[in-house]
Order: sequence, then C-alpha cells, then structure tokens
Amino acid sequence: MKVTSYRAGEAGDFAFTEDNAKRAAAAVTHYPEGRQASAVMALLDLAQRQNDGWLSPEAIEYVANTLEMAPIRVYEVASFYSMYNTKPVGRHLVQVCRTTPCWLRGAAGLTDTCRDQLGIGLGETTGDGQFTLVEVECLGACANAPVVQIGDDYYEDLSPERLSALLGDLKAGKEIAAGSQTGRQSSMPDGGAVTLTELPERAPAEPGRAVPGPEFGDPVSPGPVSPSGEGA
Amino acid sequence: MPKLTIDGKEIEVPGGLTVLQACELAGVEIPRFCYHERLSVAGNCRMCLVEMGQAPKPIASCAMPAGDGMVIRTDTPVVKKARQGVMEFLLINHPLDCPICDQGGECDLQDQAMAFGVDHSRYQENKRAVPEKYMGPLIKTIMTRCIHCTRCIRFATEIAGVEEMGALNRGGHVEITTLEKAIDSELSGNLIDVCPVGALTSRPYAFTARSWELRKTNSVDALDAVGSNIRVDARGREVMRVLPRLHEDVNEEWISDKTRYACDGLARQRLDRPYLRKDGRLRPVSWDEAFRAIAARLDGLDGGKIAALAGDLCDAESMLALKDLMAALGSPHLDCRQDGAKIGAKIGGAGPRAGYLFNTTIAGIERADAALLVGTNPRHEATLVNARLRKRFLMGGFRVGLIGAPCDLSYPVDTLGAGPETLSELAAGTGAFAEVLTAAERPMIVLGMAALARPDGAAVLHLARALAEKFGMIGEDWNGFNLLHGAAARVGGLDLGFLPGDGGRDRDGILDGVHGGDIEVVYLLGADEIDMARLGPNAQEGAFVIYQGHHGDAGAHRADVILPGAAYTEKNGTYVNTEGRVQLGRLAVSPPGEARADWTILRALSEVVGQRLPYDDLGALRQRLVAVNPVFAAVDRVEAAPWGEFGEQGKLDGAPFGVAVENYYMTDPISRASETMASCAEVFGSGRAGEATGTDG
Ligand code: SF4
Ligand code: FES
Ligand code: FES
Repeated sequence: MKVTSYRAGEAGDFAFTEDNAKRAAAAVTHYPEGRQASAVMALLDLAQRQNDGWLSPEAIEYVANTLEMAPIRVYEVASFYSMYNTKPVGRHLVQVCRTTPCWLRGAAGLTDTCRDQLGIGLGETTGDGQFTLVEVECLGACANAPVVQIGDDYYEDLSPERLSALLGDLKAGKEIAAGSQTGRQSSMPDGGAVTLTELPERAPAEPGRAVPGPEFGDPVSPGPVSPSGEGA
Repeated sequence: MPKLTIDGKEIEVPGGLTVLQACELAGVEIPRFCYHERLSVAGNCRMCLVEMGQAPKPIASCAMPAGDGMVIRTDTPVVKKARQGVMEFLLINHPLDCPICDQGGECDLQDQAMAFGVDHSRYQENKRAVPEKYMGPLIKTIMTRCIHCTRCIRFATEIAGVEEMGALNRGGHVEITTLEKAIDSELSGNLIDVCPVGALTSRPYAFTARSWELRKTNSVDALDAVGSNIRVDARGREVMRVLPRLHEDVNEEWISDKTRYACDGLARQRLDRPYLRKDGRLRPVSWDEAFRAIAARLDGLDGGKIAALAGDLCDAESMLALKDLMAALGSPHLDCRQDGAKIGAKIGGAGPRAGYLFNTTIAGIERADAALLVGTNPRHEATLVNARLRKRFLMGGFRVGLIGAPCDLSYPVDTLGAGPETLSELAAGTGAFAEVLTAAERPMIVLGMAALARPDGAAVLHLARALAEKFGMIGEDWNGFNLLHGAAARVGGLDLGFLPGDGGRDRDGILDGVHGGDIEVVYLLGADEIDMARLGPNAQEGAFVIYQGHHGDAGAHRADVILPGAAYTEKNGTYVNTEGRVQLGRLAVSPPGEARADWTILRALSEVVGQRLPYDDLGALRQRLVAVNPVFAAVDRVEAAPWGEFGEQGKLDGAPFGVAVENYYMTDPISRASETMASCAEVFGSGRAGEATGTDG
C-alpha cells in the first residue's frame, strides 16, 4: 500500500526478461505480504546482471515500480552497497582488495600491475569496454590474501606475475581458473599441515555417512576449485 | 511509571519515554541534532550521549527507553568528553562559513559548539566539499554544511508524506538529495526549520537579513482558514520572513509553504494611496476627495440599492464596521461568501454555528477512526488539516473515503465517487464505505467548499447533515461534522452575521441586481474572487464600485474608488479559523503610504456619509464585536457548538464536485502578487493542474 506520495519511477525501456521476472517474483514470495520491498536487494542484483553489470537509473526505477517503492528509496540502497554499480562497467570488473591483510601481502603491487597492464586508473574502464578496475575493502577471504575479485569469482594468493598472466588470458578470451593461484586448497596452511599432523585414534565411521571425509594428514589434492573459490 | 535517577535527582516519568525525554522532564538539557520530538528516532548524531549506571560506554539517550531504576548522569567528565568528541567529529567536515550563513545566529550547531564543543580545531586535513543540490524554488542548499542527521528525510517521509528525499552513498560520502527535483510538498518550507544547521535554508530569504536585526511579532496567518500561528519577522517596514509558532491544537510547529513564502507579495502591487476613477482612469486623490466622491454617490440613494461583499482575508473588526455602516445606510445586501457557498444561514435567519464549523477540531482528528471527505482536497485547501489527517493515518486504523475530484493527499484514500449521487447512496447506507462508517466509533465527514459553493450547495449540506446523523457522527463528546473553509475571514464573517439581512440579497442576488439595475453601489471589502464582469464595465453601465483593500488585484481594477487598506501583517485584527477558534493577528509593520487599518477607514468614511459609527478605538469596536456574538470573547478557545437544523432539502445536481483551489500557490491577492509563489506555480504547475479536473463551484 502506498502510504506516501511520490512520482513513480521512469523505467524507460528497461524491463525484466521473462526468466528474471520469474526469479523476481520468487524473491518477493520470501517475504510476508505487503513487505515486498524487502526483496529490493535481490531484484537490484537481477537487474544489474541483466543490464551488463550496472544499474542504470531506468533499471533502478524499474525495480522501484516493481516493488511499489519510492524511487529514492531504491537509489539509496543501490548507492549504499559497493556491489551495485551505478555507472557502466567493463565486461570484467576487476576489484582489488586493499584492506590491511591484503595490503600487507602486497595488494598495492596488484593494483599497480592492473594499472600498467590495462592502461587504466582506478574507477576507469578500458577503451574496448573489457575491463574496469576498482579497489575495494575486505572481500572476506583474508586468509588467502592478497585477493582480487574478477566478475563473480575470487582469485587468491596472487602475485603480480600471476595476476598479470590471468589478465593476459582474459584479454585473449581464455577461461581462467578461480580460487587459490598457488594450488592450495581452501585456506589450508601453505605447504601442508603444521599442526595436528598426527591424528588421534579414528572414531568408527558413522552409519549413513556415505563418503568418508579426508583424513587429517592426507596429502592435499589440488582438486577442482569451485567458482566461489572455496575449494572442494 | 519508571523511576529514574538523573544527576542524583529521582524522578518518575510516564512509561514509553526515552532517557532524553526523561532528562528533559527532570529539567536537564541534552544537546541533540538528529532527535526531533515529532520525528522517528534515528540515533545517528551521537550528540545526546549520557552515562548510564554501570554501562561501560556512554549511551545515546534519544534512542534508549527510560527504564525503572536507571541511574543517568549527564554532568560527568566522560559525558563532557563524549560531547566534545562528537562535536569535533561533526565539525571536521563542516565549513567555517558562519559569517555568510543564513542560519548564523539561530543555528543549533553554532549554539551547541559554543556550549559543548572545544574552542579549537585539531583537524589539519582537507575538508570534504559537497555539490549543492536543487530542491526547488523554496529551498536553498549548501550541502557541505550538512551533518547527516536525516531530519529532513524523516520530515519529508513521515510528516509531509512525500517520499522524495533520501541519502545517497554511505559513510563519509553520504549526500542528501531529492534527485534534483523540486520537492513536491506544500510543507516543504518546514525542512528549513528542522534542519539543525544551515544546509537547508530559505531561498527567497537568502542573504537578506540577519536573525538578530529582525523585529519579531507573534501573529496568525490569514492565507487559509487554518489560522496557523506565525511569527512575523520584519526589518523596518518590510516583512522579511514568516516562521511558524507552536500551537499544538492548530499547526503544531509547522506552517504551509504559502503561509511562509507568500510574504514577498506584501511588498508588491500595493495600494498605498486612495484612487478615484475620473474620465475612465484611476487617478491618485486624497482621502478626503475619495470619501467625498463616495458621499456624493450615496447621497439620496435608497439603501436598498447599496450592497457589500467581504473578501477572504478580512479581519472581523472591519467586517463588523462595514456591516454596521451598511445597516446605517439601510442596506440588507451583505455577503461574506464571495465563492457563493450555501452555508451559514438560510436567507434571513442565522443557522446554527455547528453548521459551518470544523466541529471535530483539528487536534480532534487524532481521535477519529474514519473520515469521509466530500468535495475537498485538504492538501491544497488547508495543508495543516491534511497534515493532521496524515498524522492520524500513521497512527493506524484510519480509513479515508473521498467523494469528489481525485487527488493525492499523501495517504491512502478510497475514491468513492465524484458527485452528489455517491453522497446520497452513501447516506442511504449502500456501498462498502457505509460499512466502514457504521463500524467506526468516531467517524467524521469533511465538506469542502467545492461541495457547497454550487447551486445545490444547501441540498448537499442538508444531505451531509443527514448522513452525519445517520452514521452517529454527532454524539455526546464527539462531533464529526466538519466544514473545511479556505478563507480566513469566512467563519468570522458568518459569526458576526455578514450575511443578507431581511429581504437582503446574497452574492448572486447582488451581482444579478447590478445587472438588473437594482443595485447601484457595491462595496468590496477585499473581495477579489468574484466575477468582476458581473459588476458591469463601468459605473455608468454597471455598479459604482468601492474597493477597499491592500492589493491592486481584480477588485481594484474594476473599482471606481479605491480605499487603501492594510494587509494582515499590518493591522491588529481578529480572525476565526475553520474550527471556530478566535485568534488575534497583530500589527508587525505599518501599512505602506497612506494606507490605513481597515476599520479606521470605515469609521472615517461613516462620518463623511453622515452615519457616524459609534466606536473610536479598537477596544470599543471589539466590545461591539462581543456584543454581536459572544464567541469573540473566547480567544483561542474552541467551545462545542450546539447542533441544529441547517441546509435545505432540495434537488441535487448530477454534476461532479469541482475543485475549490485550482492553484495552491495563487489563491488570494497576496499570494498572486508574490514572486516566490509565481515561481512555485511555474515549477509545480503542470503536476498540480493535472489534478484539477473541475471548475469552481
Ligand atoms: S540537510 Fe540538514 S536536516 Fe538534512 S540531513 Fe543534512 S543537516 Fe540534517
Ligand atoms: S583484506 Fe582482503 S580479503 Fe580481507
Ligand atoms: S540525538 Fe541522539 S543520536 Fe542524535
């Protein structure tokens, strides 16, 4: 119910694709009736993905109309969170973490690498529209510092050389593997376990546990890395 | 009732208060920026920190509920240091531009920095600068001064009900914005008052005066029938600005934009000397000559050929003086309803007062549980009544139905229909809203002038009365029957009987009489809203028109004699608001040039025409006012008016109700002369005009 007066959003040509409209409708059902505004972040994310990675005013006002919100309320949300882009971005959004742990592990060097290799400064987009470079605060993967997020994926344990190779591959249109770039699994200790190297007597396997978990002390396999970079 | 100890003093406070409010009750002042008693609690400025019992850190008193047994200290070194720290942070990005800031001298930040801050700055780095924002013709922004208290956002969203202001970005990058749109609210001027710093200031007033050089006069507003309490700030002979004055039962602490900003119209297009039409042209003359011209015209004229109409801004005193003068001249043709509203009385007899008042009272709206609006857009006709309706809506459990032109009132409204049929159906008990009204314990009806200023107005009034009685709106301690007036003079005029006397003509009768030659002289006391064409093109082919008023508006253009009067800020006058509340306006500046307070003009004229009025000073006139109607003695008191018969059974017209106020920013000679109002009309014009679908009456 509209309890204030405001001008409805001007969504222009923007509208959700059929799939996104379904997803949006599903997101709204997560909240009690009349509280559809709670789905604003989910819808903004959908809109951003649909709109080449950024939220145009039309997209924001479309979301406002969809959720029966005053446009200014949606602008507030969209501008508050750094993960919403309110300006156009390149195909690959390169976000270098600059918070203390990453910085101590050489984040500044990573930024320089990007700058040099892409020929752009912070907040800028390459002429071909392929890359946008920004610095961000803690990405929440400090144990694998330094960290760079490209698109949706994390690239961890980076060195300037490794990052440079990744960027080169991206430029060349190649797939790149996300996650730790030194082959370590998850955030396990670099170079193998240093504590709890010996295991106490193993408890009998629990009934119903189909796949036994790895034993402590087993050699770490550099198995497949999930897109979220958390390791297998 | 929690009992707390504040600075060693024990105090019991009502439940539901915050620590800050409890401290206030205990007489301890807590500095604050974001907290405002009429807005939701934000708790983001931290200026209100106090120490609480064993709590390890100071607490924000505005956001902490007062609890039983709390021990609060506001006078410790920790609190002092906390305040200094907060002050220092607030000032980090605040420019040191007080000497060129319009808020200077009345700035919370300035005052509190003096009282609670440190005397020097340790900040060496660059300050942040924020680009100015456009918020429309009324509000000037200097956003670098903003301390992000969010009061403005909360005011716009909660009180004004206009969700167009917000804070973009976050942390040290926050910017308050309306997205470069003019803020579309008739209450927007109050943003300036709620802003504790000089970030939002008055655009028309910018750089014109310093607050300490202004002469402040407490008065009441006359630009609508709310009777908002105002303070008129003047320098020399010029009104520099108008500010609200607290009156819980009327305007709380807000005023509408017209009340605040139309004051520049007081200095423009003024009638500052008498004029007389000679050879078809108005020429300046002396008072004496003007009076003698009138006396010559009235000489030997039958009283029945003279008529008088009073306008919307008149004070009660001048209307009474004119009424007495007309009686002395033998004319029964008087009317104070220049819009032709069929209210106040049946011709020839006085109707009950309850039949033309906002009986529920403005504060009483908060007790209602359902409202039916008929032919009214309170947002434009009485902005603060609408604000009160919205306040009631926000309390919950309040349904509002509307019969009339659809409009956006800033809260949800069920639009039931457009005209009298819907009202008759509802009165007959059909329709879903009838159930709402039946279920309501204290339902109310609000009739606007658009429902009454039409040929079937008396029938609509009659029907509305029947409806009110049917749905139990009239009870022991509840009267839900309301007329919403738009003119400050109207209720006063009705109270003192500025109405057709025995055999007298009403507005239409007078105007038709001019056409038929039965009326030869028409006295317009500030009446500008009538169709001047009906007075005939000139004194030879129409009426001899005497216009007494303060602005060169429609009436003065048609006039044969102009008597320059005083505007509401230039005289001591009595006004009765739509609730029937008698209030006194006070002289803030003297009238320009040769203009005079209106009753004195009539008193002087009476002598020249040989019908000397029996009062020589305002006191005597006011005594006469009380003698005519004792309600005038009850200043600022609203007494329940007795219920009775009013309205007239009759045939209803099928035409939908129109719109009483077509253009909120231009309703009277003062606002029409105001440049500020003109720019508002331009900016908001398209949107507002879109809502207006009917014609007047
Ligand atoms: S503009 Fe004024 S009221 Fe609004 S947040 Fe800034 S300081 Fe507070
Ligand atoms: S500091 Fe870089 S991920 Fe936490
Ligand atoms: S007044 Fe308490 S935090 Fe602002």
